[in-house]
Amino acid sequence: MSLLEIENLSLTIGATPILKGVELTVLPGEVVGLVGESGSGKSMTALTIMQLLPHLARAEGRVTFDGIDILGATEDQMCALRGDDIGMVFQEPMTALNPVKTIGEQVAEGIRWHTKAGRAEAEDRARKILDRVGLPEAKFPLSRYPHELSGGQRQRVVIAIACALKPKLLIADEPTTALDVVLQAQILDLLRDLVRENRMGLLLISHDLAVVTEMADRLTILRRGEVTEAGDTARTLSEQQHPYTRELALASMHLPARPKPHLAGSAKPLLEVEGVGRDYRGRRKSLLRPAQPIRAVDNVSLTIEPAQSVALVGRSGCGKSTLARMILALDKPTGGTIRFRGEAITGKAEAELKPARRDMQAVFQDPYGSFDPRQKVEKLVAEPLHLLEKQPTQAERREMVAHALDEVGLGPRDMDKYPHEFSGGQRQRLSIARAIITRPKLVVADEPVSALDVSIRAQILDLFAELNQKLGIAYLFITHDLTVARAMADEVLVMHEGKIVERGRTADVLNHPSSEAAQALVAAAPDLHRAIARRMQEQG
Amino acid sequence: MTMHVDLPEETIAGVLAKAFGNRSFLIGLAITLLIVTVALVSFVWTPYDVTRLVIADKTQAPSWAHWFGTDHFGRDILSMIMVGARNSIAVALVAVGIGMGIGVPLGALAAARGGLADEALMRVNDVVFAFPALLSAIMITAIFGPGAVNAIIAIGIFNIPVFARVARAGALAIWPREFILAARAAGKGMTRISIEHILPNIATLLLVQGTIQFALGILAEAGLSYVGLGAQPPMPSWGRMLFDAQTRMVIAPWMAIFPGMAIVITVLGLNLLGDGIADILDPKSRRRR
Amino acid sequence: MTAYLVKRLIIAALTLVLASMVVFAVMEVLPGDPARLMLGLNASADQVELLRNQMGLNAPLLLRYLHWAGGLLSLDFGRSYTYSVPVIDLVRERIAVSLPLALIALALSTIIAIPVGVFSASRQGRAGDTLAMSVAQLGVAVPNFWFALMLIYLFAVWLHLVPAGGFPGWNAGIWPALKSLILPAVALALPQAAILGRVARSALIEVLNEDYIRTARAKGLPYRAVLWRHALRNAMIPVLTILGLQFAFLLAGTIIIENVFYLPGLGRLIFQAITQRDLIVVESIVMLLVAAVILINLLVDFSYAIVDPRLRGRQ
Repeated sequence: MSLLEIENLSLTIGATPILKGVELTVLPGEVVGLVGESGSGKSMTALTIMQLLPHLARAEGRVTFDGIDILGATEDQMCALRGDDIGMVFQEPMTALNPVKTIGEQVAEGIRWHTKAGRAEAEDRARKILDRVGLPEAKFPLSRYPHELSGGQRQRVVIAIACALKPKLLIADEPTTALDVVLQAQILDLLRDLVRENRMGLLLISHDLAVVTEMADRLTILRRGEVTEAGDTARTLSEQQHPYTRELALASMHLPARPKPHLAGSAKPLLEVEGVGRDYRGRRKSLLRPAQPIRAVDNVSLTIEPAQSVALVGRSGCGKSTLARMILALDKPTGGTIRFRGEAITGKAEAELKPARRDMQAVFQDPYGSFDPRQKVEKLVAEPLHLLEKQPTQAERREMVAHALDEVGLGPRDMDKYPHEFSGGQRQRLSIARAIITRPKLVVADEPVSALDVSIRAQILDLFAELNQKLGIAYLFITHDLTVARAMADEVLVMHEGKIVERGRTADVLNHPSSEAAQALVAAAPDLHRAIARRMQEQG
Repeated sequence: MTMHVDLPEETIAGVLAKAFGNRSFLIGLAITLLIVTVALVSFVWTPYDVTRLVIADKTQAPSWAHWFGTDHFGRDILSMIMVGARNSIAVALVAVGIGMGIGVPLGALAAARGGLADEALMRVNDVVFAFPALLSAIMITAIFGPGAVNAIIAIGIFNIPVFARVARAGALAIWPREFILAARAAGKGMTRISIEHILPNIATLLLVQGTIQFALGILAEAGLSYVGLGAQPPMPSWGRMLFDAQTRMVIAPWMAIFPGMAIVITVLGLNLLGDGIADILDPKSRRRR
Repeated sequence: MTAYLVKRLIIAALTLVLASMVVFAVMEVLPGDPARLMLGLNASADQVELLRNQMGLNAPLLLRYLHWAGGLLSLDFGRSYTYSVPVIDLVRERIAVSLPLALIALALSTIIAIPVGVFSASRQGRAGDTLAMSVAQLGVAVPNFWFALMLIYLFAVWLHLVPAGGFPGWNAGIWPALKSLILPAVALALPQAAILGRVARSALIEVLNEDYIRTARAKGLPYRAVLWRHALRNAMIPVLTILGLQFAFLLAGTIIIENVFYLPGLGRLIFQAITQRDLIVVESIVMLLVAAVILINLLVDFSYAIVDPRLRGRQ
């Protein structure tokens, strides 16, 4: 008998349809992946099972868990199920824990509630499960507060809360999306082990086909609230019967065409970074001792040649974004020099930076946050034009904006819209239009596609490649995602704890990493090809 | 995938449609317009002349001739309330102007510069915050004697750190956003970014705080004139009317009831207006629905 | 923990020093000659000179400030010009009325506001919430002294339940004294409670939308338990902030309300002093009240540290 059975589930919030006729089953001890792009209704499916839906949400159909009719269950019945028979892990570990309660209290709370155990006994059990999820007593006593833990450690606490009473079903909603690849691999390993040990069913929700393929026995693909395809993971992904499945798989493995690869050593360098470091003031541990500075970037040197595409990869917190900001002259290095086209930009006043800024532009990660919501596209895309020596007239300006929009695949009519009228992918096109309007020589792109759905992401990578080929723009891609590096970069630099630990041609570094940091990144990176192959092999 | 806190910004038409569907906003706007109209009308017409004392008509209960009754000098209460609205609105409005005009640039500057400038501003803010408007008014009056201008200055001074704080907090939330980084990468300086990007994005916040301070200003002005630190007779003011009413509560309760109602309705209207604006424009309150 | 507390303490001390300079400057430097101001235009030059000497006005500015500030620290505020007694004696007598009144009002407003806020937030959008918040909306708009007049009219003039004003003194017994403070305290507390209740409600609603509330619900805790165990403590942070800010308004309110009820507190004293141009008394009471505001805000800062472990730093 299946543990969880969802039949013909439809959900509306207010007048908006969210899910239409969703079917899904999870057997005891089975891992089922629920895959879809943003807005496909994955999270709402999970919240329906937990009956933690927002107000105004109305569900129809049948959801049966362990013989209990979930949609007909009373709130008291649901309270008895949640945290005891069904556990749930959420996406955002930084906000998932109550900041004013200790991790011990938060883990023990559910145990006490469900088992009526005394405080001491509950704390004892909390201690055991925290040990189990990799938070040993010596470093992580029960009295720790969430703010004293990192994101990965907090996610372990959330998993401990969800698994404390060995639930029959664990729902994990994008449990690793907010973490870097190395942490992602660790958390996925932990989940896999816990599922095996306790014979839990696991419903793993993810946008990442590779992650789901590595974890799930079966998968269900959701698109706009409807199931497009469901079945055995290996077979579904190798046969790719449904066109949407093929589209997703292709997009996940997409490599943009760059017919003219860059030849190293062909010109004198465009950007030279020499021995650059950046210290931040640390937190004072005591009133008497001065605070120890935190070294975010430590003696980094690198060069980028014209039209070359370089990827700077590393785990979150390794200092790569700080380095990018210093290159863009948005942050001042504590030491070292940065030269652009042979001229130092470190220590220069804002006015003197104008020529350098003209030739060096930026694309940021968040397509929602990188535009002033109160300005129209014309003004937003034209913003860097004030760097030009001669200010264009109104008509010239519109002409230039229209041209830049055309180059990124948008139309001149988009000029008079506000940013909220565009989708995430279109906004990233706007970012790129803004970055190329001054015809720069270098574009620094900080995680430019990591907030995008896979299909959109493939299109944006294509656009980057095309502009590189057509306009000869050099790129510095800052990313924790090796697929971006593989798709876009001639050369890869690996950064670890503020230092560059490895550099080389992309294929060399990614196929034969020599430093420990690079090896960890490569080993942890989810890879759809590899995952499908492994699954096929396991099943013979 | 990633959750975005920002909801799409609204078009002007969308905002208007929301405004006309928002009860707080509509009621608040109607009351505010009514009070402002009454104050403006009082310049050209009042039912009776408020400077003329008609002792024969003193402390008359409400009637067709005197809707709200008369005071101990026989003056028409309704007429006095109309003229008093002028005084209340003028004092509160100028005080908000002082607070915004000085506080907002200071707050924006502190957020833009950070470090020592920020710390210094916050410390000065702390000091001013330790002086409620009443204490400032007491000190000013003790030296210069009472008057409406003192009330304006005292309330205005207290408004400065309020607006500085709101502007600073709002600006601090905008500065780390990526569109500010993009503007900096486009070579724009602190001042230009503050004017082009920060101020338009905190305007809503300031507007809402403006209506709150306006309402508080009306209350504070009434309090000050009640204890004799605000507008001086014969200039009618709501607070002063209540002071005069106090000793005559038993014989002429209407002297106290109507001016008080005027204050309550005005302040209520402004607060509703502020709530309405916040509801319509603030993505956070929209998210709550 | 200590680093945070010490920093707040230093800031409070700094604020107090700066505030005392402001008071000193406004009261003793701005008017030109305080002695002349106090004696009025008809006083002879000799009289003015005598008072100047008495007040120590002939000493250099800095010295005068230090002398005055030093006096404050040892609770020596100088002598009242009109009463010819040390100001501290006047203050001591009057503060026995004002302080209990302010504290009762503060306690009353908190006791009313927090449950109302919780009630409203937990029934968000339902009839109970709408009613409570409509009353609060009205309460925010009511000036406390007018509310006081209405209360007097209702409870003292009509129903004869409590005295309409005056204060029998604590010597007359706790109950009669308290009884005469009931109406003033209610008049002060209700409008404050309206503000605080609204803040408590919106803080709670904000917190109830946080991710960790969902985590707690996913543990199987019922809504009510989540509200009390997880939401309330987090919502206390903004509530404390407003509580601190409101105290300044409460003090101002106390001063005004004392005049409505003819209570012999600091408020009455300061207005008498203004009419009699007794600058030393005015200056002392202003300084005292400013110090009270700063002290309360320091206490609020300290209570943040109790509520929020993030401020306590790493162990």
